[in-house]
Amino acid sequence: MKPPPFEYHAPGDLGAALRTLAEVRGKVLAGGQSLIPMLNMRLTAPEYLVDINRVASLGGIDVTEAGVRVGALARHSEVERAGAHPLLTRALKLVAHPVIRNRGTVVGSLVHADPAAELPAVLAVLGGSVRVARWEGHTQVVRDVPAADFFTGPMESAVQPGELAVSAFFPALGFRTGDAFEEVARRHGDYALAGVCAVVTLDEEAYVTAAKVACIGVGPVPVVVDVSEASGHCPVHELDWAEVGRLVQSAVEPEDDIHASAAYRRHLVGVLAERALWKAAREGAAIRGA
Amino acid sequence: MTTRLFGEPVARREDPRLLTGQGRYLDDLGRDALAAAFVRSPHAHARIRDIDVGPALDVPGLVAIYTWEDLPERVGRALPLLIPHPALTHGRTAYPLARHVVRHVGEPVVMVVAADRYTAEDACALIEVDYEPLKPVVGLEEAVQGAQLVHDDVPGNVGAHLVQEVAAADGRGAREAIETAPHTLAFRLDIERSASMPLEGRGVYARWDGHDLRVYSSTQTSTSVRMAVAAALGLPLPQVEVIAPDVGGGFGVKIVHPWPEEILIPWAAMTLGRELKWSEDRREHFISSAHERGQVQYVRAGFDDDGRVLGLDVTILHDHGAYTPYGIIVPIVTSTQLLGPYKLGAYRVEFSAVYTNTVQVTPYRGAGRPQGVFCMERTMDKIARYLGKDRTEVRAVNLIQPEEFPYDQRMTFQDGRPLIYDSGNYPEMLRMIKELIGWDDFVRAPGRGIGIGCYVEGTGVGPYEGGHVQVTSDGRVHVSTGLTSQGQGHETAFAQIAATELGVPIERISVVTGDTRRFGYAVGTFASRAAVVSGNAIALACRKVREKALRIAAGALEADPSDLQITDGVVHVVGAPTASIPLSTVAVLANPLRYAFDEETAKATQFSGTASPDRPPVAEGEEPGLEGRDYYSPIRSTFAAGMHAAVVETDPDTAEIRIVRYAVVHDCGRLINPMIVEGQIHGGVAQGVGGALYERMVYDSHGQLVNASFMDFLMPYATEVPHIETAHLETPSPLNPLGIKGAGEAGVIPVSAVIASAIEDAEGIAIDRMPISPSELFGLRTAHAR
Repeated sequence: MKPPPFEYHAPGDLGAALRTLAEVRGKVLAGGQSLIPMLNMRLTAPEYLVDINRVASLGGIDVTEAGVRVGALARHSEVERAGAHPLLTRALKLVAHPVIRNRGTVVGSLVHADPAAELPAVLAVLGGSVRVARWEGHTQVVRDVPAADFFTGPMESAVQPGELAVSAFFPALGFRTGDAFEEVARRHGDYALAGVCAVVTLDEEAYVTAAKVACIGVGPVPVVVDVSEASGHCPVHELDWAEVGRLVQSAVEPEDDIHASAAYRRHLVGVLAERALWKAAREGAAIRGA
Repeated sequence: MTTRLFGEPVARREDPRLLTGQGRYLDDLGRDALAAAFVRSPHAHARIRDIDVGPALDVPGLVAIYTWEDLPERVGRALPLLIPHPALTHGRTAYPLARHVVRHVGEPVVMVVAADRYTAEDACALIEVDYEPLKPVVGLEEAVQGAQLVHDDVPGNVGAHLVQEVAAADGRGAREAIETAPHTLAFRLDIERSASMPLEGRGVYARWDGHDLRVYSSTQTSTSVRMAVAAALGLPLPQVEVIAPDVGGGFGVKIVHPWPEEILIPWAAMTLGRELKWSEDRREHFISSAHERGQVQYVRAGFDDDGRVLGLDVTILHDHGAYTPYGIIVPIVTSTQLLGPYKLGAYRVEFSAVYTNTVQVTPYRGAGRPQGVFCMERTMDKIARYLGKDRTEVRAVNLIQPEEFPYDQRMTFQDGRPLIYDSGNYPEMLRMIKELIGWDDFVRAPGRGIGIGCYVEGTGVGPYEGGHVQVTSDGRVHVSTGLTSQGQGHETAFAQIAATELGVPIERISVVTGDTRRFGYAVGTFASRAAVVSGNAIALACRKVREKALRIAAGALEADPSDLQITDGVVHVVGAPTASIPLSTVAVLANPLRYAFDEETAKATQFSGTASPDRPPVAEGEEPGLEGRDYYSPIRSTFAAGMHAAVVETDPDTAEIRIVRYAVVHDCGRLINPMIVEGQIHGGVAQGVGGALYERMVYDSHGQLVNASFMDFLMPYATEVPHIETAHLETPSPLNPLGIKGAGEAGVIPVSAVIASAIEDAEGIAIDRMPISPSELFGLRTAHAR
């Protein structure tokens, strides 16, 4: 369990990082919590490794009324402590263990795009985006990729060879909006067998105006299901959330693996969707009352 | 300061060192040594057509590449079958490097030596082995059909077949007793594979100086590795020393020896004239060391209206993997320890040890007992359910009573000696566990259940261990024993024994284990035996030293030895505290000197006037020095016991399983250190929780281990292990001077049985297969609802 040989680059600023990536098309090393084990197990053998940890401008968390922008070097623990976005904070507590969160990065988790990871679901349910940069000619070119286009398959994102994901943007939750993240993992901190995060917005009469979930562990990418229509016909306290859960369930196509059967995962999605939606709705209602 | 430390919860003296990173494990040694890595088989079963090392030869830093063909005859022989048994008619062991055929994924094929491990692995990646794949044998039931063979010359893949039968008092066999019993039950049980999985893998580091070989190995038996290495390399024993440094866990896998690497690394170090080291990585540990637990059991029980077992008939298919280096100890232990604290009418047990193209099976903490206890305790629960009785009532009617000890189960135990329980009080233990968990007051609710499991554990097997105790002229006491330590707290427990026996403060006592330079005769640390066997040997050695010290002091104080006592390291006349002499001075006097090197030793020189001119300085029958050596060789095993109970909650929607309470009543005879015993129990229960709810080795139909990493092989974290409530019962063993029994494996043994019992209680669905995951519980619920 030692990595195969690679050439190591450690650029000191963003321009150098992008120029290096444009030149060598290497693998980006940020927190390394997934990449280093994969290297050690020789599951991946990149010729070049571009370590961005010395690029100071990639750190930081920028909070505005519109939402939270998280830099590529912002660690999970740093973003968790900042508490700038309730759903993001909630999800981060479910990501692995403190020691991993001290090193791992939010943007790294998004680019890694594990189908059972929490953070892609948060980006997806919020309709956030990832800012991707590359060096072209004599300058950097930046594009924002919406969540819906960012996750392209299991462990695959829209970031192209030579590109660097420099930040991610998580839109703020609106007024009278609650959120929840429910998952079942085999052990504390493991990737989820299945998970559902929900965002629910109510009107003044406690009717749902918008309700959306993103499911993890049950498809190649986070499965986003908009259930606004199915949950808008009566006040949240009278709504049959199990019915809405079944609607979510019907939208996923989980698979068997060594930890859980497809039938169990499908069952879980129904249970967790009901729980997450109801929690989010109650939270939205409480915010209204406050 | 008290020196009466036996039985006190003394804090572990090794912990400050081990917990602050000061431990010296195998990979902390030999910083400048060359490194070895292995090309291991990617196939479960294949013939090796050709090995092309050519592409690897240009790797900078490469030193040597060896295949089986390159090994001298003696080194290349099949590894020893450590524990032969008449029933093991087709025992098979591996070669240090594969010879012609590979029989499991991970079997070593080529050894590469290079400047460092990175380079060695780069070279490994370039070596091309041409395999002719053969059809693999995976799964017990497929194996016994015998359509494909793991070894060409082992028909039906059965390495051993053993039937043991104990007739009822009226002479009837178990099958007859079952036929005529008022009630009968028949069922099948499945237990999956797990593994020892120590945090530190195996590892070997060897140094050859042209004449002497020194080997460091992360082993549970340095003395036996020494003999195996000397034999394989053709070296006289005095030219080989083997040292177990700090060992980061063993749990059974490191009692197996010699591992291929324990022969190959010393051999290559000698051949190359260079220091050489190999430390196992996690993937290697998964696919190249050993697993355990996998069994299928077919059970038939006959019983009366009270639940008394009149006959029990168990047929076991035991998955032995590709090889049987440790003999058939595991299924023998399952077969015998299955009986637990019960007296059955008649018992018949039959096992087949079956080869499959998977990693070999050797003992892992509990060593076959968890499977046996699972069988017996599931049987008890099923009888109770069938009769509509409380589960503890059915157990109570079957228990051996206190006045029935010594109780002869009329079988042959794993040490080849009769299975005779020396002491115990099982009804009291049952009362205690019921009280501790609140059995009678438990409020049953859907999704909330309570379970119980009982076991007896034969501990402290022979043949022997020894202890050496030396008091030096500074008053310090140096204890050594040949068996090794893997973190059990030997430095503390053995020092407590010495402090109590000698009357010396524990601060002045040091303990060395597992170093053949210090003590050459030993068996090893396994089978919950270290405290029993080495502990008693050390006590006996201390008694020799004490006797000698009193004899010498009596001369110096002109007193009768029987009037003397040792307190705080000072020998004094009882009732006359001023008439005293420190042990340090006694040690000086014990070694008559011609040359002094300090003020203290001057007292032992020839003109000091302390010795009588009429007698030889060293009296006849005496030896110089204040030291003693003794051995303890138990007549047979001593039998510890325990009962566990748990409360679990199962989520009605997600089928998640949570252990709400876990209680343990434990009897290991006289306790040397209750804190260490509790630590052992906690660790054991944690491993048991792994076996009950998380751990399995998932082989696909090609014989690939698909979860060979800590990402997918789930060991419980601290967050998955419940708080453990414990109570002790102490029934001393009559078999050894200290009255102690082993405690090392106890915690793990009944956990699967207890958790199955509790889940079954919560769900009302039979739980016959462990481990169980939420997904599987969901599957059982779905099937049950149909």
